[in-house]
Amino acid sequence: MSSAAALSWFARHEIRLAWREWLALMTGSRRRRNRAMIGLIAFAALMHLPAYAVIGRFADLKTPLDQSSLIILSATIFLAWALMLSQAIESVTRVFYARADLDLIMSSPVRLTNIFSIRIAAIAMSVTAMALLLSTPFVDVLVIAGGARWLAAFGVVVAVGLSATAVAIAVTIALFRLIGPVRTRLVAQILAAVIGAGFVIALQVAAILSYGTLSRFAVLTSDTAAAFAPGPDSMVWWPARAALGDTEVLLLLLAGGLVLLGAVMAMFSPRFADTAVSVSSSVTTAGRISRRRTFRMGSRQQALRWKEFVLLRRDPWLVSQSLMQLLYLVPPALLLWRSFSDSSTAIVLVAPVIVMAAGQLAGGLAWLTISGEDAPDLVETAPMPRAQARPAKIEVVLIAIGIVFAPLVMALALVSLIQAAITALGVVVATVSATATQLWFRVQASRSQFRRRQTSSRLATFAEAFSSIGWAATAALALAIPLAALVSGAITAAILAATWKISPRRD
Amino acid sequence: MKPNESALQVRGLTKRFDRPAVDALDLTVRIGEFYALLGPNGAGKTTTLRMVAGLLRPDAGSIAILGVDALRDPVAAKQVMAWVSDEPMIYDKLTPLEYLEFVAGLWGIDPAVSQPSAQGLLASLGLEPHLHERCEGFSKGMRQKVALAGALVHDPRLIILDEPLTGLDALSARHVKGLLQERVHSGCTVIMTTHILEVAERMADRIGVIASGRLVAEGTLGELRRRNGRDDTSLEEMFIALVDAETVAA
Repeated sequence: MSSAAALSWFARHEIRLAWREWLALMTGSRRRRNRAMIGLIAFAALMHLPAYAVIGRFADLKTPLDQSSLIILSATIFLAWALMLSQAIESVTRVFYARADLDLIMSSPVRLTNIFSIRIAAIAMSVTAMALLLSTPFVDVLVIAGGARWLAAFGVVVAVGLSATAVAIAVTIALFRLIGPVRTRLVAQILAAVIGAGFVIALQVAAILSYGTLSRFAVLTSDTAAAFAPGPDSMVWWPARAALGDTEVLLLLLAGGLVLLGAVMAMFSPRFADTAVSVSSSVTTAGRISRRRTFRMGSRQQALRWKEFVLLRRDPWLVSQSLMQLLYLVPPALLLWRSFSDSSTAIVLVAPVIVMAAGQLAGGLAWLTISGEDAPDLVETAPMPRAQARPAKIEVVLIAIGIVFAPLVMALALVSLIQAAITALGVVVATVSATATQLWFRVQASRSQFRRRQTSSRLATFAEAFSSIGWAATAALALAIPLAALVSGAITAAILAATWKISPRRD
Repeated sequence: MKPNESALQVRGLTKRFDRPAVDALDLTVRIGEFYALLGPNGAGKTTTLRMVAGLLRPDAGSIAILGVDALRDPVAAKQVMAWVSDEPMIYDKLTPLEYLEFVAGLWGIDPAVSQPSAQGLLASLGLEPHLHERCEGFSKGMRQKVALAGALVHDPRLIILDEPLTGLDALSARHVKGLLQERVHSGCTVIMTTHILEVAERMADRIGVIASGRLVAEGTLGELRRRNGRDDTSLEEMFIALVDAETVAA
């Protein structure tokens, strides 16, 4: 086989793997694939409605844009870039740590530089494809309402995907060189988790500190932002201009993205092999030392709880996920702090944010403790009835949520007792709902599958998300329109009841 | 418990998945015996032992462990039993000592007893230098040894092992075999499945051969040879002959 043929053969292999991985992520098991695909298409069609609500009013935008529109459009594109960067960092890390075929590839008689160039290209393709998929409803709405010129937005997504992948590779390799392979994994996971959210949160924090509102648009449309913005011909506005249909700028952006990715390939592909070798050798080095002198005295349930807490504390992925959940809490916490000196009505927004975050965090923790048991045989063969083992694990979720959210609720109590009481109730109900959903849909899995826990049951994922949103809305309405809260609470409870009804409900 | 009671008594044990995996199996293992359960892949060995360990619910039949009805009172049965699977399932983020502390806690063993026992077990398996290292960097052999130490730390009277020597190097395998024989000498019962027939030949007091979910032969090595009609036959030859005959009959 010629070198070019071997490369195209490997490229096809990479694309096939990426496609199957994506399909498995989206549809779960092979048996339900057709039904899941129909569901996905229906979901994508439905997404056009919220897309219209969010972006429909911008369809008439034309160049030259006023400065605040230009800032908002550019910030939105930058947010998309940050999210793609986060996904790309995660993909690059996975290439080194989770791909089972590295040994095979590195022991094969092929030029590793070429192979890793293709792997980098495959990452760029999968990141861009995912972004294209997610942006399609929004661009469709703009095209339908504003004309074919908006089709250029797809090109911007591609350019953004290429540059995000290039930066992700440079960042990851730089981390390898700076802090070594063991720490890179943790740092890259945390970076991937917080980068996308970080931008939105930073805007919210700025808005709260300057204007006392959670709206990030307050900063973007402010006079201060306009004063600091560069002139209309600046390259900063190129993505926004390209999205509006400026073909020349779009071609320049695409060319820039390709050149950047090509440069990264040329610079880093030869080093990929070294990096992969240092990762595999770091895995075989001795684990971290945890020294404690004496065994603890306690009941069987206490032993289980202790084990769960130690594993949660020592799990870097979970630490990064929790960190992200906690980052989401920074804006409401700041709003809370501001409201001590300012009687802003925006404080009402704090309750739903806290309730929503509690539901989401509880869902993840419940999956880890209930489904993500790495030694199921050991726990199952222990002389302990299931009726005792499961509550011990659930208690861990409740205690962890309590530790994270109690300080916020107490701070809220200093501002408004009634609001604190409603928020506390919302946190408890959202936590119990998310935990119950995980219990009804529990599937034995390894903790390392946490990232893909959604694939085991789409229904459980949606039910968990809807119940968190539902209880968050109920908490907000309870403070503003109590009667409406009754309706919202009843709908959320009905969703949960329906979820329970169709769940496997073992024993 | 009566003095002549068996460590394990299985009667009419049945489990079906797509096809019968275990078919009305009768099996008795005596107290203080080293019993090797052999059989080809898919014969029903692991399914049988998983039902005995309480990991699978049988469709029919009864299981008694040291006189305790394991289906009626699983907690009492589990208290005296340990299970080790072929894939060592331990926690990557715990150290071997922490893992054993957790197991001892699950079995409700007093720390004053379990701590010295844990340290002794880990030392006897050559894991002393790694007592405080997290298991995430351990080889499969080391993980298997940690799992085995976990199974022994609560001093079980019946130990069930499913292919415990898979992936172990010669020295580790010798450590494990030595430890198991020590336990048998002190009155513990061991039931083990293995594909390494030489291990069964050397270590087992009695051997059971299972095929298509049924026990097709059982006895000491000598008894099996006599039944085969030749005293110089190896266990491997007898095993192949038995399994072939069962396949033809099926």
